[in-house]
Amino acid sequence: MERRADVSILEMTAVELGRKIKSREVSVVQATKAALEQIKALEPAVHAYVTVDEEGALKKAEEIQKKIDAGELTGPLAGVPVAIKDNMCTEGMLTTCSSKILYNFVPAYTAEAVRNLEKAGAVILGKTNMDEFAMGSTTETSAFGVTRNPWNPDHVPGGSSGGSCAAVAANECFYALGSDTGGSIRQPSSFCGVTGIKPTYGTVSRYGLIAYGSSLDQIGPIAKDVTDCAAVLETIASYDKKDSTSIPREDCDFTSALVDDVKGMKIGIPRDYFGEGLDKEVKDAILAAAKVLEEKGAIVEEFDLSLVEYAIPAYYVIASAEASSNLSRFDGVKYGLRAKEYEGLHDMYKKSRSEGFGPEVKRRIMLGAFVLSSGYYDAYYLKALRTKALIKKAFDKAFETYDLILGPASPSTAPRLGESLSDPLKMYLGDIYTISVNLAGLPGMTVPCGLDSRGLPIGMQLIGDCFQEKKIIRAGYAFERSRKYQGPAIAADPKAAAAQAQRGALCGNAREWEAAAAAADKRPADVGAGKEVRS
Amino acid sequence: MSKQYETVIGLEVHVELATKTKIFCGCSTEFGGAPNTHTCPVCTGMPGSLPVLNKQVVEYALAVGLATNCGINQYCKFDRKNYFYPDNPQNYQISQLYLPICHDGWVEIETSAGTKKVGIHEIHMEEDAGKLIHDEWEDCSLVDYNRSGVPLIEIVSEPDMRSADEVIAYLEKLRLIIQYLGASDCKLQEGSMRADVNLSVRELGAPQMGTRTEMKNLNSFKAIARAIEGERKRQIELIEEGKKVIQETRRWDDNKENSHAMRSKEDAQDYRYFPDPDLTPVVISDEWIQAVRDRQPELRTEKLARYQKEFSIPLYDAEILTGSKHMADVFEATVALCGRPKEVSNWLMVEAMRLLKEKEQEPDDMAFSPENLAKLIGLVEQGAVTRTVAKTVFEEIFANNVDPEQYVEEKGLKAVSDEGALRRTIEEIVAANPQSVEDYHNGKVKAMGFLVGQTMRAMKGKADPAAVNKIVKELLTGGAN
Amino acid sequence: MANKISDETIEYVGILAKLDLSDEEKEEAKKDMGRMLDYIDMLNELDTSGVEPMSHVFAANNVFRDDVVTNGDDRENILKNAPEQKDGAFKVPRTVE
Repeated sequence: MERRADVSILEMTAVELGRKIKSREVSVVQATKAALEQIKALEPAVHAYVTVDEEGALKKAEEIQKKIDAGELTGPLAGVPVAIKDNMCTEGMLTTCSSKILYNFVPAYTAEAVRNLEKAGAVILGKTNMDEFAMGSTTETSAFGVTRNPWNPDHVPGGSSGGSCAAVAANECFYALGSDTGGSIRQPSSFCGVTGIKPTYGTVSRYGLIAYGSSLDQIGPIAKDVTDCAAVLETIASYDKKDSTSIPREDCDFTSALVDDVKGMKIGIPRDYFGEGLDKEVKDAILAAAKVLEEKGAIVEEFDLSLVEYAIPAYYVIASAEASSNLSRFDGVKYGLRAKEYEGLHDMYKKSRSEGFGPEVKRRIMLGAFVLSSGYYDAYYLKALRTKALIKKAFDKAFETYDLILGPASPSTAPRLGESLSDPLKMYLGDIYTISVNLAGLPGMTVPCGLDSRGLPIGMQLIGDCFQEKKIIRAGYAFERSRKYQGPAIAADPKAAAAQAQRGALCGNAREWEAAAAAADKRPADVGAGKEVRS
Repeated sequence: MSKQYETVIGLEVHVELATKTKIFCGCSTEFGGAPNTHTCPVCTGMPGSLPVLNKQVVEYALAVGLATNCGINQYCKFDRKNYFYPDNPQNYQISQLYLPICHDGWVEIETSAGTKKVGIHEIHMEEDAGKLIHDEWEDCSLVDYNRSGVPLIEIVSEPDMRSADEVIAYLEKLRLIIQYLGASDCKLQEGSMRADVNLSVRELGAPQMGTRTEMKNLNSFKAIARAIEGERKRQIELIEEGKKVIQETRRWDDNKENSHAMRSKEDAQDYRYFPDPDLTPVVISDEWIQAVRDRQPELRTEKLARYQKEFSIPLYDAEILTGSKHMADVFEATVALCGRPKEVSNWLMVEAMRLLKEKEQEPDDMAFSPENLAKLIGLVEQGAVTRTVAKTVFEEIFANNVDPEQYVEEKGLKAVSDEGALRRTIEEIVAANPQSVEDYHNGKVKAMGFLVGQTMRAMKGKADPAAVNKIVKELLTGGAN
Repeated sequence: MANKISDETIEYVGILAKLDLSDEEKEEAKKDMGRMLDYIDMLNELDTSGVEPMSHVFAANNVFRDDVVTNGDDRENILKNAPEQKDGAFKVPRTVE
């Protein structure tokens, strides 16, 4: 009886739950407990979280219920439990970026986006796993073990916000925050069959987001549907004086765009997105989705965007260069890991960083240091910035004609675990449809649009011009009306979860370092205990 | 015959700006304070923190640039300078390389050899580093980020100077300009003004520059002069021995009067500058530049002219009075209170300068209030204290900023204006010194001085010397004439 | 591979990035970086002459703070995560000089 009630809670979208909380049909504690139980049941199979704050969440749930009862919190998300990607600082809660180098970092401040959620009455369940410092497309570069795709545990959830997307898909939270530097919200959303928005650069404050590529990073919502994403984005978007790149906007009432009407909307499909390398099943699903919008009255046309293939090399130069500088602060002096044995200052730096960073992070900071180094700055860095200008211009031109651009979020569905890391360059090529959007600062959204023959989700990407989130929200919403949200089997079936946990346990060794660190070091025991939910 | 060498010197001068807060966060720039008590996530490089530029920093940088005849980059940007060191919490310093705020200016300097222009290559804005304290008991260093993020401007000169004299004149000139603008107090000893010396030598008349070195850790004008002399000699010796000067950074040890190279294999000197993506460009409109010009306070040259004209103060005195912004401020504030410019000038020029010299202090160190000097001048004018007493009272004002009225009252230093009492004292002294009276009558005029002196001593300086002179003379000559 | 990364380059990049690499890692890094640079060289196909490098996508500028003290003493929080501290300061291996 009880459990069935919980399952029905878990299947709600964030906005639905918010409504039920408001109407007293569900209490905040009930919803929080349901999510925590789901986490306990599914984490062994999924491992979406790095930290689960059970105690804090329950305490917060009670507080928020009181505020709702007192009429102090009235927003659509009040009392709805959320998961936060572990690169956003949360006061008093471990924030690791899934890196050893921050294995024990507990910030004294909270990221502005998260604060905006807190003000709206969010209950934070915990912090989600990610590629280390958001560098990766599979969540396999996490120092704390891989996250598995809830649709199939042999596959990755995508990345870098793989933990957030998997948590949403597995009903381990009602919505989540992710961050997107080159596709890190849109690609894993596609792989996990959930909806995610990367807003226009500057819409959501970056204060408290641990930087990877500062000129590209944006925080955005990940949820079960477009309505949730619009409501969350409306809540987290704010002009923040603490972030110089934050942009004051008057048009953040994104939920007003939830209108089932695309009549006359001009949608462009870049021919260059449908060439070599795109999986046939993905291609068919995207074109079918475009057809749905066309049938609803949109004008869909093919066009040549141009420069698509140049986005990847430009991105890797710019992002790596910024990362090499952004990550230099992790040096064992002020916080995080310091090597146990070293001789003198520079050795301390080198040993701490070499122990603390994983191979993908090292690869990128070395590349970044190289492209900025004396004699190469013009040839690589400035060249990449010039390419970025050209890419922006190509989009500007496209948006003179089209209201939005429609295409895939990724060339394929989720690859198998271990398949991508063996060839970094190949992994980078998978970002081809998402990266240029970051370079141009544009908003982009992934909406699920089907499954491939293996039962893995396919996502369609909608790209808008700067500040045109409402257009992509409207199109996404209209499309979504044509189909029903579908989650993975394990989300609603604890038995399937248990079976997958058996397979999940096979890769449990990824947590060994963490356990050893918890035992040997000052890592807060309660936080560690909260997440150790082995079967 | 030995060869003739020319020394070529350029300076990089760092000046801490007089803002209330740091360049990129709302932490106080106040000096002192226990370690790390003026810090926040931004100036300690915490993950996720972001910089936001303090507008006043741009205002000050602009003011200095305009006062040094610079061109303004109306579109300027901040860049990151990447290097690892514990006093640099992000392991990059936010500075300006590609588009510094000011460029191509000059100042005119005067030395015994005449006047000349020294070019300013550029002025850029940047953040200061924290402080490293070397622990006395343990083999470790301690990092204090209170100074981390304090705003600096770096003024880079052209290699236009040829001697230590010119360098000092240039620094004095910059100091006065910046102090007058209120942009910094420019104290070398406290580090709010720091100069790195780039120096090379070449044979006189040689068309090309020699290899230069950069000298750091120069904390006084004297140290700068000694370091220039030392480095000049070292480079000439190397050249004469047929060796090469290596382009490097050297650290001056003023106690040992020598320098050593600051080299490390971990120091690649490749700073990988690139535009800081966390900050937006600064766009400076013509209106903004004009507004800064309009707000520009009276600078030294203007003050110098005005003092001569408005207060009829001689050039030499006016130069000393305006030689420190603080001195000029004290002068003007005191004049405003008492309306006696000549009198104020005298006190500052004679007594204050004497005491500064005695105490080996700079005019900037004067800590007394103009009110108290004005009161003292008032007391003298009213005849309430004698000049002699006033000098000792001034010493007290100078040292402890006492209120002269209160002080004179408490110490009973009021001038004796009761002529009857004074006359009785003088009569007694005259009676007790018949020899002097006789000497006077024998034409030894000096004897009168002796009697006056005796009287002043007896009155403990409180008597008005004019009155004493008059009475002594009356008594000696036996009448009013 | 068109871009051959020398041992010296990897050594140098290690100094810049403050990373200590094993010989194996160095070999790996040489290969990876060479491949990446080959790929990045694709940008040379693009004619970017006359194109201004674009650091910021938007033309936002002059974002300032007023010169007002907003932060007080927060030392406890600032030092909370320090691997080693002493006397209210971050403790590090002795720096030269």
